[in-house]
Amino acid sequence: MALVGAPAVASGRCDGRWAVGRSRWRWNVRERHRVADISLRRERVGGRAVVARRDVLKRLRSLDRSFRWVTKSAAISVLVILSAVILALVEGSLPALNHMGLEFFYTESWNPVTEKFGALAAVYGTVMTTIIAMLIAVPIGLMVALFLTELCPMKLRRPIGIAIELLAGIPSIIYGIWGLFVLAPFLQQTVQPFLIEVFGPFPVLSSVFAGPPYGIGILTAGLILAIMVLPFVTSISRDVFETVPPVLKEAAYGIGCTTWETFRYVVLPYTRVGVVGGVMLGLGRALGETMAVTFVIGNAHRISTSILAPGTTISATIANEFTEADGDIYTSSLVALGLLLFAITFVVLGGARYLLQRAEKKGR
Amino acid sequence: MTPRRVGRSHQHGVSLLKFSNLKGAIAAAGFALVASLSTASAADISGAGATFPYPIYAKWADAYKKATGIGLNYQSIGSGGGIKQIKAKTVTFGASDAPLSGKDLEKYGLVQFPMVMGGIVPVINVDGIAAGALTLDGKTLADIFLGKIGKWNDAAIQALNPDAKLPNQAIAVVHRSDGSGTTFNFTYYLSDVSADWKSEVGTEKAVQWPVGIGAKGNEGVANNVANTKGSIGYVEYAYALQNGLPYAKMMNKAGKVVAPTAEAFAAAAASADWASKPGYGVILANQPGDASWPMTAGTWILVYAQPKDADATREALKFFDWSYKSGAGMADELHYVAMPESVVKQVEQTWSSEIKDAKGMSVYQMTN
Repeated sequence: MALVGAPAVASGRCDGRWAVGRSRWRWNVRERHRVADISLRRERVGGRAVVARRDVLKRLRSLDRSFRWVTKSAAISVLVILSAVILALVEGSLPALNHMGLEFFYTESWNPVTEKFGALAAVYGTVMTTIIAMLIAVPIGLMVALFLTELCPMKLRRPIGIAIELLAGIPSIIYGIWGLFVLAPFLQQTVQPFLIEVFGPFPVLSSVFAGPPYGIGILTAGLILAIMVLPFVTSISRDVFETVPPVLKEAAYGIGCTTWETFRYVVLPYTRVGVVGGVMLGLGRALGETMAVTFVIGNAHRISTSILAPGTTISATIANEFTEADGDIYTSSLVALGLLLFAITFVVLGGARYLLQRAEKKGR
Repeated sequence: MTPRRVGRSHQHGVSLLKFSNLKGAIAAAGFALVASLSTASAADISGAGATFPYPIYAKWADAYKKATGIGLNYQSIGSGGGIKQIKAKTVTFGASDAPLSGKDLEKYGLVQFPMVMGGIVPVINVDGIAAGALTLDGKTLADIFLGKIGKWNDAAIQALNPDAKLPNQAIAVVHRSDGSGTTFNFTYYLSDVSADWKSEVGTEKAVQWPVGIGAKGNEGVANNVANTKGSIGYVEYAYALQNGLPYAKMMNKAGKVVAPTAEAFAAAAASADWASKPGYGVILANQPGDASWPMTAGTWILVYAQPKDADATREALKFFDWSYKSGAGMADELHYVAMPESVVKQVEQTWSSEIKDAKGMSVYQMTN
C-alpha cells in the first residue's frame, strides 16, 4: 500500500512511524514535500532526469538560502532596534549630561526650578525596591514551586498553579490601586507602627524603620513588587522542577534523604539554570515596573535611611514627570534617567549571566 | 487611550471628579500615545491642559453640547502638557494654570486669555479637627511644607489656634508628584510669603519638595490626605468638597482670617489689574483686601494668533464666549469664580484685534 510507500522507504527518510495511525491524505501531503521524493519522481521521467534533478536541487538551495536570509535578518533586526533605542536615549540625554556633567550620576537633587538634576535618589529607590522584592519573592516562589511539584496533593496542584498564573496576568495598575487603597492603609495603621515600636531601641534598625508611618514608601513598593514578581519565579521554577528525572529523586530517597535534602542536593542543583532564569525574569520586571510603583512609593526625590520613607524609582519619575517637563534640560534629564535604567538592567542581567556561567563551570 | 469626550457622555460635571485624575494618571504615562490619537472629529472642539479647571470645563461642555450640538474634547493632562500640545499644534487650544510670559506668547504666536478663577485650599486630616476649625498663615504653611514644623502641636500652629486641642502627632506632608499649575500657584504663594521658601524651593510647576509624599493629580493628593492620619495637602477647592476633606482657614495679606468661599476667591480677583500684564498673566496669590482668599488662582487658554484651521479656532472662541456669558452660574455651583464682565469685554477686544485667519480677517468677528 501507498501508506508504507516505497519511495519513502527507498529514500531512507521514512522511519516507518508514519505507517501507523496517519490518514492517507496526511501521508500524501507529506510525501509531496519530501526532498528525495521529488527528485526520485523526476528521475523516473527518463532522459531529462539529470537536468531536472539539478534544477530541483538549485531551487531547493535558493529556498534554503532565502530561508536563512529571512531568519538572519529577523535576528539582526533585534540588534538594530536595540541599538536604535540606545542611540535615541544617548542623543536625548546629551543636553542633560552636558549641563550637569558627572554630577548627574552622584547627586540627589532633583530641582526643576534651578534645573539641577541628579539621578541618585531615583537609582537608590529602584535598587532598594528591587532588593526588597527579590528578598521576599525568591524564597517564597521557590517554596511554592517545591510544594507544587513535590508535596502538593494532586487535587490541589491545578487550582494553585492556575492561581499563580492568574497573579501574573493581573495588570500592574490593578496592583497599584490595590496597594494604595488596601495595602497602604493596613501597613500604615498596623504594620509600620509595630515595626517602628519593635525596632526603636536598636541603634541601626531604628533608623531603618523610622517614622512617620505614611503607609506608602520604599517598603510598600517593595512588597507590591514582590507580589508581582512572585508568579514569574514560581511558575518557571515549577516547570523546571518538573523536568528533574524521577529516577534521580527516587535514588536520593532510596539512600534515605529527606524531602528537604532531596530538594537541596538533587532538585536545586539539577535545575539551577532554569531557576536563575526565572529569577532574572522577575528581576527585570521589578527593575522596570512603573505603574504600580508610582502609586505606592510616595514619589519623593530623597534618599532616606528609613525604608518606611517615601522615595521614587527611575521609571516612576519618568512616568510622573514626562508630561509636564518643560524646558530642554528637564526633558533631557528624564531621558538620561531612562538611559541609566537601561544600563542598570543590562549590568544586572549581564552580571547574573556571568555568575551563572562561572557556577556552571565549577559544577562540572 | 481614547480621549475623553466630556460634552457627550456625562450629565454632571462634579461626578466626573472621581474619575478624572485616575484617568489622568494613566493618560500621563501614555502621553505620546494620547497626543497622537487626539485628533477629534470635525464637529468637536479639541483642547488639552490643566486639571485644575477640568470640572468646570466639563460642566460647560455638557451644557454647550445640549445647546448647540457641538462637543468639547478636553484632555486634562496638566498645564505643561497643554502648553506642549498647543505648541505641537495637535489641539485647537491649550489650557494652563501658569500663564505664559509675554515673550513666550510672542515667540510662539499665541494669544492668551483667562477663563475662570478658583481657589487652592490646604486640606488636613487630623483627629478632632473639623473643617474650618484650624487657621494657618502663609509663613506657617511654608514652614510645614519646608519640614521646619514637624508636629501638629507646634507652638506656631498653637499660637494661631489658641483654643484648639492639637495632637502631638507628626505632620505628613502630601504634595503633587506630577508637574501642575496648582503647584505653580501654591509655590508662588509660599514664595511670596516666605523668604525661606523662595530661596530654598522657589516657584515652578514641579519643585524639589523638602519633605512629604508625592501623589498624582488633585485627586491623588485628596485621596492620600483622606487616607493618612496627621496629613496636610493642597488641592483645588472642588476636590476638597468632593472628598469631604476638612480644610484650613487662612490668614490673608490684610491679616484677616478667611474661609475658602467663592466670595473670598472673587474678592481676591476684584483688585487684580488684568489689563496690565501681557496675556492677562496676573497671578492672584496673596492679593490685598480684607475678604481675599490668599491662594486664589486663575487659569488660562492659549490659541494661535494666526491659526492654521481658522474654523476650528472660531468654534473654540464661540464656546469660550458662550461660557463667559452663560456659564457663570455653573461656575458658582462648582465654587469657581467667573471672570468679571469688564475682563470679558477686554478679552473679546483682544480676540477681535489679535486672532486673524490667513487672509488677515478677524476670526472672532466673523462669528457675529
